[in-house]
Amino acid sequence: MQGETRGTANGLRAIEAVGLRREFGRLVAVDGVDLSIDRGGLFSLLGPNGAGKTTTIRMLCCLLRPTGGTARIGGHDIRDEPLAVKRIISVSPQETAIAEHLDAWENLSLMARLHGLGKEETRRRSGELLEMLALSGRAGDRVKRYSGGMKRRLSIAMALVSRPEVLFLDEPTLGLDPQSRRGLWEHIEGLKGDTTIVLTTHYLEEADALADRIAVIDYGKVIARGTPAELKASVPGAAVTVIEADLSGEATEALRQAYPNLRATESGVEIEDADVSLDRIVDLLRPLGVAVRSTYRRQVSLDDVFVHLTGRQLRE
Amino acid sequence: MRSLELAKRNFKGMWRDWLSLGVNVALPVALMLVLQALESVDDFFAPSSLAPGVVLFGFAMLTMTSAMALAQDRESSLFARLLTTPLRANDFVFAYSVPYVAVAVIQAIVVFAIGLFMGLGIEGNAGIVVLVLLLMAVWYVAAGMIIGAVTPYKAVTGPWTAVLLLTIFGGTWVNLEDIGGVFASVADWFPFAHALTAVRGVMIDGAGFGDVGSDLLWVLAYTVAVVLLAVVLFRGRMVE
Repeated sequence: MQGETRGTANGLRAIEAVGLRREFGRLVAVDGVDLSIDRGGLFSLLGPNGAGKTTTIRMLCCLLRPTGGTARIGGHDIRDEPLAVKRIISVSPQETAIAEHLDAWENLSLMARLHGLGKEETRRRSGELLEMLALSGRAGDRVKRYSGGMKRRLSIAMALVSRPEVLFLDEPTLGLDPQSRRGLWEHIEGLKGDTTIVLTTHYLEEADALADRIAVIDYGKVIARGTPAELKASVPGAAVTVIEADLSGEATEALRQAYPNLRATESGVEIEDADVSLDRIVDLLRPLGVAVRSTYRRQVSLDDVFVHLTGRQLRE
Repeated sequence: MRSLELAKRNFKGMWRDWLSLGVNVALPVALMLVLQALESVDDFFAPSSLAPGVVLFGFAMLTMTSAMALAQDRESSLFARLLTTPLRANDFVFAYSVPYVAVAVIQAIVVFAIGLFMGLGIEGNAGIVVLVLLLMAVWYVAAGMIIGAVTPYKAVTGPWTAVLLLTIFGGTWVNLEDIGGVFASVADWFPFAHALTAVRGVMIDGAGFGDVGSDLLWVLAYTVAVVLLAVVLFRGRMVE
């Protein structure tokens, strides 16, 4: 099996999953997922809602028992050695997970101490994180008086405070303002190398900016994997042509005859093809009475990769 | 010790919830004051006989409080996060139990202190009274852990009512000698009647270890069994 990130110092993978499967009754949420993630990189699981990302993470964190397959975190089996796994991981769940009756210092201290950090290191790490996530001004206030955004930031900080070997971030920036999101990205970048990070996200630009490697997951199966560049290169043509116009069914069909790799969007159509001629498009549409508002080319995005693989947009 | 860190968090949660804490301490005190007025009708309601029953009733209230706290936490995202830390099932049970056992001790001290003003006396070895009541405090809180570990938050009162009824019919303020029959026989299979027999025997008749040894063993065995069951059931709930 090919490593999801490049070589390791001691040959041990951070995460190794083989045929990981989880069923809920007749529903197969995760269907034979193989993962091989080397130490120190950032690996992203990308997929729509209900694809099986969170279920996969819950199994890797020993919260959910696989119904098939196995996985090892830092060489420890998730079924047989859950305690050893939990010593080296930390999780930022999708939902805000904080103790409302404690203040921010107490919340961070709780997680740090449960992961075995000393008092001094706990204080130092907590201070750094509170500063980074702009919470230091209210650090002594009970968390139940915080705004939703502040609670979200604290929840993420609680996953970061222990400096784990393996960090699972399940949609970490959901609900964060752009400034906090950018600050968190920088912090996550800084963790790479020492910490192996597994990130699930809806934000394609986030995966694109941060991930060393990506696995695209859909209906519980990994349908593609590679670096962001490799995945984008798998889409025919290096660019996508965007045509913004009020297109009738006849006009769309005329374009599809000329360019089969066409998909309808809210504002017109997009064509995955490097050799699209804008003049030809105008020539095709003018006799049909269609006024083209604008046409332009953009680079292939991860959303295009997903559309190419599944025929659907990631956010559908 | 990691479990102490979690116990500290739970203790703060309880301590900062003044209303719940106040009710847990005030209710047994109110019962003590009200029921003691019946002493003129029946000696059973004399402070030395009544106080152990009121203490056990107060402990039963803590079964509900601790069960609700755990059941509510179990449904929270924070709890899922705590389950990914290197805490064992026994650490969780310990961390959730300690604050409530502490409240149970406070309850017992307050009830006995009020009883002293009313004329309560301890004829025998007070150490036996402390031992039995401490074991029962652990029993009741561990029962709360069992209920909280397996029951949804909204359904906690169901199994708790069973604990409460067994406590009352164990002889808190019902004299089993007067009732006799099936009630008394059934009560003998549970630790409540044994705990009350032992404590009242020491307090009123000056009984020693030799006199209450079998009752003590019943209480001890039940407490160990319930604590172990709480740990086993909790372990089963740590992974879905």
